[in-house]
Amino acid sequence: MFASFMTNAWISATIVAIVAGVVGYFVVLRGSAFPAHAIPKGAFAGAAGAALLGVSTLLGLAVFSVLGALGIGYLGRRGRHDVVTALALVLMLALGAAFLSRTVEYEAAIFSLLFGEVLGVSTNELLPVALMAVGCLAVVGIIFRPLMLSSIVPEIAEARGVRAYWIEICFLLVVAFATAVTVPVVGALLIFSLMMGPPAAARSVTSRPLLAMVLSAAIALLTVWLAIAASYQTNWPIGFFVGVFGAAAYGLGRGYSAWRRGRSAAARPGQLTGASGDYHDRREQVLD
Amino acid sequence: MHALYTAIFEPGFFASPQVHVAVSIGAVVAVVSAVTGVFTVMRGQSFAGHALGDVSAAGGSGALLIGLSPLAGFVGLGVIGSAVMDLIGVQRLRGRDLATGIVLGAAIGLSALFIHLTSISSSITGVTQQILFGSIFAVTPGTLPVVTALGVIALAVLGTVGRPLLLSTVSPDIAAARGVPVRVVGLLYMLALAVSVGLSSLVVGAILSTALLIGPPAAALRLTRRMAWAQLTACLIGVLATWLGVLLAYDSYYWGASHESLPVSFFVVAIIFVGYLASGLRVARGRRCSRPS
Repeated sequence: MFASFMTNAWISATIVAIVAGVVGYFVVLRGSAFPAHAIPKGAFAGAAGAALLGVSTLLGLAVFSVLGALGIGYLGRRGRHDVVTALALVLMLALGAAFLSRTVEYEAAIFSLLFGEVLGVSTNELLPVALMAVGCLAVVGIIFRPLMLSSIVPEIAEARGVRAYWIEICFLLVVAFATAVTVPVVGALLIFSLMMGPPAAARSVTSRPLLAMVLSAAIALLTVWLAIAASYQTNWPIGFFVGVFGAAAYGLGRGYSAWRRGRSAAARPGQLTGASGDYHDRREQVLD
Repeated sequence: MHALYTAIFEPGFFASPQVHVAVSIGAVVAVVSAVTGVFTVMRGQSFAGHALGDVSAAGGSGALLIGLSPLAGFVGLGVIGSAVMDLIGVQRLRGRDLATGIVLGAAIGLSALFIHLTSISSSITGVTQQILFGSIFAVTPGTLPVVTALGVIALAVLGTVGRPLLLSTVSPDIAAARGVPVRVVGLLYMLALAVSVGLSSLVVGAILSTALLIGPPAAALRLTRRMAWAQLTACLIGVLATWLGVLLAYDSYYWGASHESLPVSFFVVAIIFVGYLASGLRVARGRRCSRPS
């Protein structure tokens, strides 16, 4: 499992988990699950296009995910956000179908792009992947405060002069780069699980943003490492384990917060708890 | 005149049995998707509508693995998935995307496992592509009655809960005050959505399923505010886009020298996307005209 041919897999998976954990925190916070699903899935078409033109897969993924992010951001200004996301996704997928009809692509290659391939990253791709990951995290760091503010209380952010539209575009671009980094390892479909399960679990444990982000990256790391180990042992696709472990992390987080709420309700009878939902979450974070 | 005719309808278009099936099944799916989709767009549940396609595809690959009929797998897991989404909080706006996402992630993971197991246990090839993209030309004529029957069931459910559903979509509070069981109506709608999406992603593939569910209704809702008109317009746009897409895909075989046809889904999605953008133009112009000077 720790043989030399697995070294790349462990390194790249670690990078992927950290990026997905941090970016995923904002995905969950902003409720942008659909774009976070649509951009990687649509970017898959870019990989197909790259195969057709004979250029690097990473380039195809990056170009398509950036175009997808810009398209969703731009059209989302005028139309309904979820509708625009759905249409952008199907348009990219349809292009992918057209590309695939023109190439003779191995079924196995398609499968590993969709569902992940532990050994999918070669040594000379490791550097660009690491650089893009650092870039991604740097952008999150730079726009951290306005992003946080516009995610939790959009009205106050707007009043303070934060331009919601530009923040949205920046955030979608971050998701796009995170996509290009992560797709070759965990696949176009499963990166999404990694961006949802661990951050959601982390948020149900703590409402402090930084702590939640670190925790989210840690859970994502644990998920990916366990998934690699399990995939290595059983020879089943890594995507299956990432998907199931991600959902399990969410389930555990929900269970924990329900238990904690139950305990605090028992300790302080007469106080209203739980029912306030979103508002409760928001207030806690603002006060934090 | 004749030259123009043969340029539009390449030889054998009307004689091809595959085209007959594609045209009739495409119309059924487009109508069912459009009627369901108007509610989906109004309720802002495009993500659930798309996700259910992937969830039911996981059911399809599971059914293939254990030797059941794919249709049972598609509709079965779709219905289970929609019930779970509803259970873990589809009704709360922010929690909704999260719930959808978690179910979707788990389903995709299962689908990865099923496809992997199928590919090592049998020699069926092209499963990945089939499940992702589907092909309207690969549908057998025998599927048509089953598809129509299921579509009618979905439409009947929507017709029964239509008015309370509309009310609870526009204003859940007023609906609740009037004694509409908002939760039950929402759940019934999710089940109808699951049947409609499961069906369409089986026969026309996941891409077209989402495209037909969201595109025509979104365009129609930009053109008219009346429910009945919106549904009628959405049906028209959907059916026309499907037929035109089938025609272009058939013709595309004769375009290049290489004689390779492009997929139907590509043309249908392109037509729907252009239609959506065009409906936006009308909205923009209307707004400019109605603005007081």
